[in-house]
Amino acid sequence: MATVELRFSALPEHVRTARLVAAAVARRAGVDEAVLDEVRLAVGEACSRAVGLHQSSGITAPVKVALIEEEKQFSIEVGDEVPHAAPRDGEPGAAVDDPDAEAEEDEMGLAVISGLVDDVEVSTGEHGGLIRMTWPTTPPPAAPLP
Amino acid sequence: MDLSLSTETIGDRTIVRVGGEIDVYTAPKLREQLVELVNDGSFHLVVDMEGVDFLDSTGLGVLVGGLKRVRAHEGSLRLVCNQERILKIFRITGLTKVFPIHTSVEEAVAATD
Repeated sequence: MATVELRFSALPEHVRTARLVAAAVARRAGVDEAVLDEVRLAVGEACSRAVGLHQSSGITAPVKVALIEEEKQFSIEVGDEVPHAAPRDGEPGAAVDDPDAEAEEDEMGLAVISGLVDDVEVSTGEHGGLIRMTWPTTPPPAAPLP
Repeated sequence: MDLSLSTETIGDRTIVRVGGEIDVYTAPKLREQLVELVNDGSFHLVVDMEGVDFLDSTGLGVLVGGLKRVRAHEGSLRLVCNQERILKIFRITGLTKVFPIHTSVEEAVAATD
């Protein structure tokens, strides 16, 4: 079971909240301080992407974020509920006329995630997509007795 | 933290000072600012990112969009940034090859190509 789960309406203003919560839980889980910036950015990218997918598909369901503390690792899963077609290789994205096209931003978001996170899995299915990112943790030293 | 924006003109350059977080929520404000400047005839922009705490791909997309707009008028878009956490995002996306990145506003204003 996830240590912390978030569900938020697919609105851009909530992505920051998800970033803050994810970074706080990651810190508690023992993710290295130097990596927390990357966690914050990666979870923000994944959530922004999910929000964009929900909005462009007219899906009212919330975006789901699971923050999972495990032995020696910390994982974040960001799930959307947009049914995805099978991945298409080498097919140019639609709507490339606009420099700010959503398709381009979506790809840039994934590029940032894969550049930042060594251990990342992107899966898509008919019920939605999931990005799972994992970082190693170092267990905190045993708390001193009072 | 929200996004803060202010502009200043130095010679033919327009400095856009950005502070706070540029993300999926705030990036549209930056986009509006850049579009407005270009529409008003400012084609040589220097975006000072020293006050930026957070930048994501939505922000990168807005900067690329701004670059495309000024280039349509044979203009330029230069960045000022010394923060490693922000520079890293430009590096992993390959955008350090697209944007001239300077260490100070003075250097960016003096640059010609």
